[in-house]
Amino acid sequence: MAAHSLEDVERRKAWGFVAPALVWTIVFFVAPFLFMAAMSLWAQQGGSIVRVWNLGNYIAFFEKDALFRGLTNSLEITAIVTALSILLAYPLAWIIAERVPQRFQRTALILAVLPFWTSYVVRSYSWLLVLSRNGVINQTLMNIGVISEPLELASNRTATVIGFVHFFVMLLTLTIYANLVQLSPNYRRAAADLGANAFQTFWHVILPLTMPGIMTGAFLTFVLCIGDYVTPQILGGNNELVLPQIIMLQLGRRADFPMAAALSIILMLAVTAAYVACARWLKIERT
Amino acid sequence: MMIDITEGAFARRLLASAAILALGAATITITPAPVLAQEELNALVWCDHTDPALIEPFEQANNVKVNLKEYEGTGAGLSIIDQSRPGDWDVLVIDGVDVQRAVDKGILAEIPADALPNADIFPEVRMEPNNTRDGKTYAVTEKFGYNMVSYDKTKVDPADMKDMSKLWSDKYKGRIAVYDYYLPMIGLTGIDLGKATASLTDADLPAIKDKLFALKANAKQVSDVVSSQTALATGEVDIVFGGGEWLTAGLVKDKPNLDWVIPEQGAVRWAQSIGVMKDSTKKDLALKFVQYIVSPEGQARLATSSCYWAMPANAKAGEKLSAEQKTALRWDEQADYLKRTQLYPIPSAELDAKMQDAWTEMLQN
Repeated sequence: MAAHSLEDVERRKAWGFVAPALVWTIVFFVAPFLFMAAMSLWAQQGGSIVRVWNLGNYIAFFEKDALFRGLTNSLEITAIVTALSILLAYPLAWIIAERVPQRFQRTALILAVLPFWTSYVVRSYSWLLVLSRNGVINQTLMNIGVISEPLELASNRTATVIGFVHFFVMLLTLTIYANLVQLSPNYRRAAADLGANAFQTFWHVILPLTMPGIMTGAFLTFVLCIGDYVTPQILGGNNELVLPQIIMLQLGRRADFPMAAALSIILMLAVTAAYVACARWLKIERT
Repeated sequence: MMIDITEGAFARRLLASAAILALGAATITITPAPVLAQEELNALVWCDHTDPALIEPFEQANNVKVNLKEYEGTGAGLSIIDQSRPGDWDVLVIDGVDVQRAVDKGILAEIPADALPNADIFPEVRMEPNNTRDGKTYAVTEKFGYNMVSYDKTKVDPADMKDMSKLWSDKYKGRIAVYDYYLPMIGLTGIDLGKATASLTDADLPAIKDKLFALKANAKQVSDVVSSQTALATGEVDIVFGGGEWLTAGLVKDKPNLDWVIPEQGAVRWAQSIGVMKDSTKKDLALKFVQYIVSPEGQARLATSSCYWAMPANAKAGEKLSAEQKTALRWDEQADYLKRTQLYPIPSAELDAKMQDAWTEMLQN
């Protein structure tokens, strides 16, 4: 009886510890999500929201090419940005972790993430000025005679990708650096003892061991990039729309919340798919 | 001891630290909730009302603090109201063509007709069918302007800009920014096709869509106000189709090379209205604010607000504007402009949705 009571007390205590987080999650995530999911199954008719359950918004998404292309554009841009960011961030992280003396590493990291300190919107507009016809790049190339006509660098997908990559290289540098500095030098020594050259050591030992850092950064890049509205809006010139822009379009004038909710659910599904793909490396679950 | 970095704990720490960094870097906009103090007035407005030069004289004269929240797009504005408590908002600034949407929702209070300077408002922008219902006034036009053609006169032939069809020609390929708002742009495209904005129907959309697709192919970008303005000012584009004095007039002092014109085919006219919220607990003060905004002094300040310049609805504001300001606003040409322009299309909800679909297709094309 006494043991049973103790168990009850322990259970109540456990619930007491868990309750704040649970309430927080239910109030700020589960409930809004369920509301959004319900909203996505309603419809907007005649300027009002009609609470009749239907799949009309999802059907419209697959039937209307302009809406569906929002998703494919988002996925394409996110894939390109993630791949480029990894390719640029890895060497940078490696140089900071392996080549920069330890006492300067903190300074190097601060310098690497310095652009984080600027407003995201300001940074995007700055890129617009850099990439424009009269921008720094075109003017420099024209002044040194490399080109005679300005290149079309702004208001297109290239500009969007550049703006994104600038931002996410910083993020990936941090996650990969955090991974690299955890590696024991014994791995390299063991590989060398077994006859591996530098490339083989990197390819077969270092790279696999830094996959958690890469995939963590890649996942965060994917999530932040696919859900971003500001960069494509400022740098893309609306020459193609990504899904967040289409979501905004539903709200701006017509306040079509059911369609915006359906598109947001689709966006969430894309993020969930990315998580499932990366879960092996993220290892969020307890082992 | 070696560390197995594939362990869950390490990955969790890594993910957590990276997530914190990422979230910390994200821009968080905290919008102050409307404060319901006794001497405060809460107004949901467009950006031109946030100029201290406009608001401060009213605040000082009435010993009141005006809390302003700006929004873009009627849908966004109405959803802010939906998410607020009744009485949170006292004043609403809204697109003139959407006043009836607000009346349908029952959020605007009736304004006594004799409380407004209706006789001083330019007749063409009084817009009774929009601002009134069943003989009751719910809003008053406060500012208006045109979606037409803004351009850099040192880079394009000004004579060409008088002909809207030139914007579809190879001569200006890649040199045009198209204003990113489907309502005026569909109206303008319709005007080029000889269709009146007030009589647009579903049947007109296929031809308008083809025309929009061709326009997109000729344009450098389709962009919002700030991006269009930046593009024109920096020389990224030479023309903003759908622009006008609201986009250009404020820049002319520093950029005298910028100009605007209503093409021979015509252009669309926009107007913004202001009203008192039905659930306001300070209706008298709210009405006083509306009266200040439509007074000659308030109108002159609103017309030359730092966010964007445009014509005041009250003709008597001319007495308060300097000669230079009137020149920039083309005050003396308004009679001609008003005659040659048509009000934004006011589509039904169904046609509005189709117009938005056509615009989305154009953007994705």
